[in-house]
Amino acid sequence: MFTAITQSQIYVLDQDEARTFYVDVLGLDLHTDTDLGLMRWLTVTAPGEPGRQILLEKPGPPSMDESTAEQVRELVTKGAMGGWLMLTTDDCHATYEKLLAKGVEFTDEPTEKPYGVDCGLRDPFGNRIRFGQLYTPSG
Amino acid sequence: MSRAVEESNRRMLRVRDRMDRCYAQPSDLAALARSVHVSRTYLIRAFRATFGETPHQYLRRRRVERSMDLLRETDRGVTEICMAVGFTSLGTFSRTFRDIVGESPTDYRRRVGRLPVPTCFAKSWLRPSPFGEASGDVAE
Repeated sequence: MFTAITQSQIYVLDQDEARTFYVDVLGLDLHTDTDLGLMRWLTVTAPGEPGRQILLEKPGPPSMDESTAEQVRELVTKGAMGGWLMLTTDDCHATYEKLLAKGVEFTDEPTEKPYGVDCGLRDPFGNRIRFGQLYTPSG
Repeated sequence: MSRAVEESNRRMLRVRDRMDRCYAQPSDLAALARSVHVSRTYLIRAFRATFGETPHQYLRRRRVERSMDLLRETDRGVTEICMAVGFTSLGTFSRTFRDIVGESPTDYRRRVGRLPVPTCFAKSWLRPSPFGEASGDVAE
């Protein structure tokens, strides 16, 4: 039986920029940033939750050919790439105000829903991130 | 070349996000174009090349989708909902709704009740599509 989700992945177009955004702007913890030579393993976690890492991976060779990588990059910038994240916060409105002041691009303002308060933003590349204050963990 | 496409995609996505947020306000393509530093004509062409429909078509669907949400999730009257999502006449709203959804707002409300899924999911999947995938139908 599976017991946890430990790692998941989204595509970013520039790992320096991704690190700045996810760590310095959103306030996630840097878990690992290692240049493996063949690739840079860059993962972040929610503060205090080291058990689940998000890999911020750059599409490109040798994992995929240049033209495929270009297609992936175009999909990310169209907001059409599959990966997205839902983060939990203890105060949706306060987090929203804080991030708005830092210039984060929001797609949805905090809204009351039957399952909690949530809102949505874009990362600098076009990925869709949501965060919310959920009434139940399964949201 | 590729980087230019990415830059253009990102601009068009900003425009689409802005329409998603400000759908209830009067449509102002010139202002949308200015917000991403392109001309109005370029915006229409590039938006269509990126997302397969014009900004106007997208905004219409967005407004209808928001009205579908209000019809499902609230008890507000049809006229009030029409105004709340940015239409200025009930006639235009009803005609557009029927064109896109295939039935009247009242019939839609009667047929589809509240949905037990996160709103962001309902938003993307119940939005009527010009591409034919989403008809607004919901499995019982």
